[in-house]
Amino acid sequence: MALKRMLENWSRLRQQDYYAEEPYMWGMAIDLNKCIGCGACVTACYAENNLPVVGKERCGSGHSMHWMRIERYWTEPEGTPEIEQEEASDFPERGAHYLPMMCQQCNHAPCEPVCPVAATYHSPDGLNTQVYNRCVGSRYCANNCPYKVRYFNFFEFWKDLPHPLEMQLNPDLSVRDKGVMEKCTFCVQRIRAAKDAAEDAGHPEHVEDGTLMTACQQGCPTQAIVFGNLKDPESKVKKSWASHQVELDRYEQDKSEDVRGYRVLEELNTESCVMYLDRVRDTEA
Amino acid sequence: MKDIEWARINKDVLASLESPRAAFWIVLAVCIALVLCGVAAEVYQYKHGLGVALMDKPHYWQLYISNFVFWIGMSHSGTLLSAILLLTKADWRKPIYRFAEAMTLFSILTAAIFPVIHLGRVWYMYWVLPYPNQHTIWPNFRSPLLWDAAAITTYALSSILFLYVGMIPDLAICRDNAKGWRKKLYTALSVGWMGRATEWMAFRKTYVLIACFLVPLAVSVHSIVASDFAMSIMPDWHITSFPPYFVAGALYSGCAAIITLFVMLRYIFKFEAYMTTEIMDKTAKLTFAIAMVWNFLNLGEYASIWYSNDMFEKEVLIQKFIGPYAPVVWGMLLCAMVAPFAMAFEKFRHNMWAMFWLSLVLQLGMWLERFQIVSPPLASNHEPWTWAVVWPGTVQLTLTAASFGWFTMLFLIFCKIFPSVSMYEVKEMVFHRRHASSRDEMEDIGKIKDEVMRSEGGLA
Repeated sequence: MALKRMLENWSRLRQQDYYAEEPYMWGMAIDLNKCIGCGACVTACYAENNLPVVGKERCGSGHSMHWMRIERYWTEPEGTPEIEQEEASDFPERGAHYLPMMCQQCNHAPCEPVCPVAATYHSPDGLNTQVYNRCVGSRYCANNCPYKVRYFNFFEFWKDLPHPLEMQLNPDLSVRDKGVMEKCTFCVQRIRAAKDAAEDAGHPEHVEDGTLMTACQQGCPTQAIVFGNLKDPESKVKKSWASHQVELDRYEQDKSEDVRGYRVLEELNTESCVMYLDRVRDTEA
Repeated sequence: MKDIEWARINKDVLASLESPRAAFWIVLAVCIALVLCGVAAEVYQYKHGLGVALMDKPHYWQLYISNFVFWIGMSHSGTLLSAILLLTKADWRKPIYRFAEAMTLFSILTAAIFPVIHLGRVWYMYWVLPYPNQHTIWPNFRSPLLWDAAAITTYALSSILFLYVGMIPDLAICRDNAKGWRKKLYTALSVGWMGRATEWMAFRKTYVLIACFLVPLAVSVHSIVASDFAMSIMPDWHITSFPPYFVAGALYSGCAAIITLFVMLRYIFKFEAYMTTEIMDKTAKLTFAIAMVWNFLNLGEYASIWYSNDMFEKEVLIQKFIGPYAPVVWGMLLCAMVAPFAMAFEKFRHNMWAMFWLSLVLQLGMWLERFQIVSPPLASNHEPWTWAVVWPGTVQLTLTAASFGWFTMLFLIFCKIFPSVSMYEVKEMVFHRRHASSRDEMEDIGKIKDEVMRSEGGLA
């Protein structure tokens, strides 16, 4: 029986457009012009997804568990490449570019083929799924992720939760134990609830755009994050992708002057589902 | 020089099972102490989680994986010395191949520990194996880690078989001379070997057959280990030339290990008459040749990265030479690339203790090589925000030291229980040396053999 199942899966793997008929392909668009780097999305993610707060020391040793992070980059001023100059000023953080980075839900995910126990796989609606119960913790997926957005439970973090605080854990998803890899799921518990609600409402193939929000999107004060179904021509995210001429299955986008859309490291052919809109700055001002 | 006397061979080798020098017990005690330290470290890590090993984001892999590659690499030389030199009929391998084979087996057993202790959830490690289960889930056949599990299991089983089959005639000699529990052990293991000509014929065929099977297997095993890196998309891991580079590196570090154990055994078990300077000379020449192949592949790798002009790969390469891991990389180049040139001089090759220290330097170089394969690409990966430098912590270093203790402990126990020099093959070698000039006599022997075969066939 198991063998039959394996052969079935194998033939499905070789079939190019197996999921073409699926009604959903979840995607995101993040406008870096709107991002102010406040970190509300990160906080929202912590609250929604039962992420452990590891404390200053473990954060410093690289064991923090934030599924989403705000990366900061500085463009070196022309003529003065020394980063020290920035650091020496009173406002060393002035002029940072912010880049919210979370799992890009790649359609050619480098993490998927390397997992020895198939704990991470691709769901029909385009999510890069992590099955905590199946994970044995070989950490190969995290090494092979070019975005480095996979987080490993190096310790038993849940044990550090002081008594009444376990009451605020989100019951919709599990608390992960030590030795398990985890990452952004596009709030899969919310997707599941929205799909169920759509089914109850009598349109099982269609989740109304805007009814489903990820935690980071909900928390963003400037609405920089747009999330939705890329297969729905009417969705905001699809329109955003189309207007910036970003297509899912290409590793190099045709760019005209006035579009800002790009995907991080798309030259690696990961076919990620998150599009960023480049920040435009008036450097003269 | 007077050759080894025929009658002395059995006596000398059997004596190694009885009365080693005091150094044996000292080394063994140190090794057991190291293993106990390792067990303590592993228990601590098991209890608190892998964080105590000071791995972090982005250093999800570190010493455990480089040690794994190192030990798997070391296991290759035994197969090389035994199987390849057997097939090419190099007579000089005979006094040293047995311990090289044992080394192969024990370094696989050491290597196999590392992927296990490196897992986040060790208790589910059997999920990696393809067995029918109630989940109706198979492991992921596309993952190089799964290929690893299959390759290592196959290699370990074949190496045990090769070592054991090659030992049967010697076990029979031991059986005939042993008392007590040893007698029982050798009787069981020698499977009723009587030394009949038919037995020898079957034995020879089996031995060559396993050797033929082992040579391509050994090459494939280390190619698969190389795939762990080459199949990823990480800059400086994703390199096409990694499989041959790994195989060459494996043979290289393995040959260095053979030299180390050669000198150690020669001293501890008083094998001076068997492990001669001529054999050391040939082993050193072989090591030198392999070192040059490795050098070539290493430089070829640098060149191909440099001229590929891939932004990320080039950056990692530059960081290797001037970045935080530069001491490791330069140390490797000094120990593994420059040091082997000492073996170009005959005087050096003939000095046992000089070779001993050189072999340790070569192994250090190859160990550093494995470290610089694993760590620097993780430290400067595709994503600049996560760039970080991490050095292995106490737990990882303790387990590394323990792995050396574990390997040496198994090896010494093996040498005390089983003959570490092949008695029947040494006799053959002495015989060939004595009768090298008289070809007629050899033909007579052939005739006698045929007759014996015929009569035994008649009996059967």
